[in-house]
Amino acid sequence: MSGANIIFYLLAAITLVSAVLAVTTRMIFRAAIYLLFCLIGIAGIYFWLQYEFIAAVQIVVYVGGIVVLIIFSIFLTQQAGEELPKQKMGRQLFSALAAFCGMALVMLQLVQHKFTTTANKAVEPTVSNIGNQMLGVEEGGYSLPFEVVSILLLAALIGCIVIALKSKPEAK
Amino acid sequence: MMQPGLYHLLFISTALFFIGVYGFFTRRNLVTMLMSVELILNSVNLNFIAFNKYLWYDKMDGLFFTIFIIAIAAAEAAVAIAIIINLYRSHQSIDVENTEDLRY
Amino acid sequence: MPNATYIALIPLLPLAGFLMLGIFGRKYFKNTSGVIGAALLLISTVLALYTAYGYFFEYGKVDGVYQKLVPLKYTWLQFSENVSIDMGIIIDPVSVMMLVVVTFVSLMVHIYSLGYMKGDERFPTYYAFLGLFTFSMLGLVVSSNIFQIYIFWELVGVSSFLLIGYYYDKPSAVAACKKAFIVTRFADVGFLIGILILAFHSGTLDFNTLITTLTSPETEGYKSAAAASFMGVSALTWGLALVFVGGAGKSAMFPLHIWLPDAMEGPTPVSALIHAATMVVAGVFLVARLFPVFAISSPNALTMVGYVGAISALIAAIIACTQTDIKRVLAYSTMSQIGYMMFALGVSKYGGEEGLGYTASMFHLFTHAMFKALLFLGAGAVIHYIHSNEMKDMGGLRKYLPVTHITFLIACLAIAGVPPFAGFFSKEEILLAAYEHNTAIYWIALITSGLTAFYMFRLYFNIFWNAPSPLERAGGEVHGEHHGEGGFVMMMPLVLLAVGAAGAGFIPFGHFISSDGKQLNTEFHLQFSIAPVALGLAGIFIAMWMYKKQNNRPDKIAASLSSLYKAAYHKFYIDEIYTFITQKIIFNLIGRPAAWFDKNVVDGMINATGNGTKDISESIKGLQSGKVQSYAIYFLAGVIGLALLFIYWWT
Repeated sequence: MSGANIIFYLLAAITLVSAVLAVTTRMIFRAAIYLLFCLIGIAGIYFWLQYEFIAAVQIVVYVGGIVVLIIFSIFLTQQAGEELPKQKMGRQLFSALAAFCGMALVMLQLVQHKFTTTANKAVEPTVSNIGNQMLGVEEGGYSLPFEVVSILLLAALIGCIVIALKSKPEAK
Repeated sequence: MMQPGLYHLLFISTALFFIGVYGFFTRRNLVTMLMSVELILNSVNLNFIAFNKYLWYDKMDGLFFTIFIIAIAAAEAAVAIAIIINLYRSHQSIDVENTEDLRY
Repeated sequence: MPNATYIALIPLLPLAGFLMLGIFGRKYFKNTSGVIGAALLLISTVLALYTAYGYFFEYGKVDGVYQKLVPLKYTWLQFSENVSIDMGIIIDPVSVMMLVVVTFVSLMVHIYSLGYMKGDERFPTYYAFLGLFTFSMLGLVVSSNIFQIYIFWELVGVSSFLLIGYYYDKPSAVAACKKAFIVTRFADVGFLIGILILAFHSGTLDFNTLITTLTSPETEGYKSAAAASFMGVSALTWGLALVFVGGAGKSAMFPLHIWLPDAMEGPTPVSALIHAATMVVAGVFLVARLFPVFAISSPNALTMVGYVGAISALIAAIIACTQTDIKRVLAYSTMSQIGYMMFALGVSKYGGEEGLGYTASMFHLFTHAMFKALLFLGAGAVIHYIHSNEMKDMGGLRKYLPVTHITFLIACLAIAGVPPFAGFFSKEEILLAAYEHNTAIYWIALITSGLTAFYMFRLYFNIFWNAPSPLERAGGEVHGEHHGEGGFVMMMPLVLLAVGAAGAGFIPFGHFISSDGKQLNTEFHLQFSIAPVALGLAGIFIAMWMYKKQNNRPDKIAASLSSLYKAAYHKFYIDEIYTFITQKIIFNLIGRPAAWFDKNVVDGMINATGNGTKDISESIKGLQSGKVQSYAIYFLAGVIGLALLFIYWWT
């Protein structure tokens, strides 16, 4: 059992356990923190897979952006220290059952499926490779989706502002 | 313990996905539901990365999809939180039980 | 070729009258509408006579054969290369003769109505309807397309409906017009199917092409029509028989005659128009129009026409002997005479001497139009004077109505076939044709001719002789204050028609109209005419013996023939049979189950669909709860279900 393996299982355990805790804990702030751990665990897995760039993006955007955003919104909308309302027992059981069944189905398929790997030479996912291809316009280039996503982000930005804007009093 | 590989990653991804689904079903607070959605998105990301790493290592499409999904997730989270805050303003609550105005 | 414009004007002028009087009549032409209608028709009549003159004496004859000319043809609805509904005018001997007859009789009726309908509240409407009626009939006779004839055929039906129901505040008139319309409409279904069969096989709707196709055995249309068969009878015969059903409906042939006596509910001049010139002869005209097809290609259908005609003639004559309403007597006499025309066609063959029946039939149509119009207008004068239709209210009127009396007598002599009046000549030809080709029909015709003379003179003596009118007996000199016989406008048509009835027989009809267009020389056989004339005179004398003076002989004879008399008096219970069939059999056995089916099954299905949708919506609308998480659960369930479906079942 090599050190790399141990690290992988450790990361996996952190990810899954904190994910489970994130969706089950009754304290909302803790849930956000567990989510944070979970995301960090996933970033760790990316590191473990030697996809450093993706791992970096994961940490910057998720951990640095989204989770912080969520924590802010919790502060804005929630009295701190208050327990979350409990869902009905039946709903909980049913949801667990449904999720379990779905998981069983997918797992079954995964185990039965024979994946075939490509025989071609591997490409190193270095930052320069990624950058060249993402902004490339030749075949396999992703410049068009890149632009589209840019527009989407802009639209989301404006949309957020408009939605969250305090509506002015009508009389004025 | 065996050498971790594709199946391990896919197992983590699937588990994460259904944990997210379970959270989405059981949580009543909109913010926590949003967290569940983030879990689901992450599981998909993990999937892409795993396939890219173990099956089609000659390409980087999985990577790009992951990056785009992260971007879209950021946008989605921003919009969702804007909606939640707006809802909180009008309903003084972000409980999902209070968002049932759109029904028959 | 004749100029189409003025021929087209003949039917269009009455139509113009109809539109003008129908739309503006009540406002602007309250009192002048009659004159306007009559004037328009006068122009039509003159044009028709001019056309007839031109056709018969100038351009119609080519190499001794009268041509079928189509001066106007406007393609109205084009279905395919050959099949189209045209609006056209066909000019051949029959249609020209019909133009003259229709316009002339209609003109007489128009003029007569000026007096008869004077003071009527809906005077303009009446003239509008008359115009429509005349237009329809004129359009019918010049139709160059079998579908055009169907259109005008239905127009005739509608206008007769309007006119019979003219006194719409009288329940009996309303019932009568409905009856006329429904019965003829019922027959028209047969006509339409017949048209479709003929058109299907010949591949055209145009008369000339259709007749040519179906009479030449080498054409495809003829072969297919003759080869296709249903219940052992060829399609051609079926088609013709069904067309004849339509004709029988309009022409009041047995057993579709029941509407005719009831149609007397309309104003009397209308009856004259219906009976003499327009509606009832439409059937005869139709058979005559398609006569080559009948005669050459389907003798069976023609034989059927002959027997239906003969039976109708006899039955109508028997019934006419017992009726007491003078208009009903005339109605049955019409039916009888139309029967004559029909069986004359039925015994005829195509071409040459064999085609005598055809000529005779058209001749009789012509003369009958004269004397039947005269009879009805005369009866109208009597009714106008007495205000009653019943024979028992009349009697001894010859002193008060001298002109009517004389003209009526002429008409009676004409219809009874006494020489030298018009009916004699045409009837002799018919009898001769029947004698040569079908003995059974000849004997029926002979008996009928005797009966005709009897019932007509029964009518005559009852009106003008016999006991003095009960009105007079009761009220003494009640007629002093009365308006007399009617003015000039009522007498003039009577006199003109009387001249026609007396003199029309001398027209050498065979020269003009024959089955193949060639001249037909009709010979006069003196020894042959002895029997019918003798029978006719016998009928007259029996009528005179029974009815000239008031006596109890009629009652005695009626009593001795009690069952026959009763049956005939009740019109052989045909109305009752119809009532029984419709009410007991059709209504109960077909109508009620159909209604039940409609109410419970058809409606039930519709209601079940509606209610089912509503119930299902009610029960599933809870799904649309607004709960986002529930939606997510359904969604997941659906995804899992689809995944299972595609993974395990679809492969």
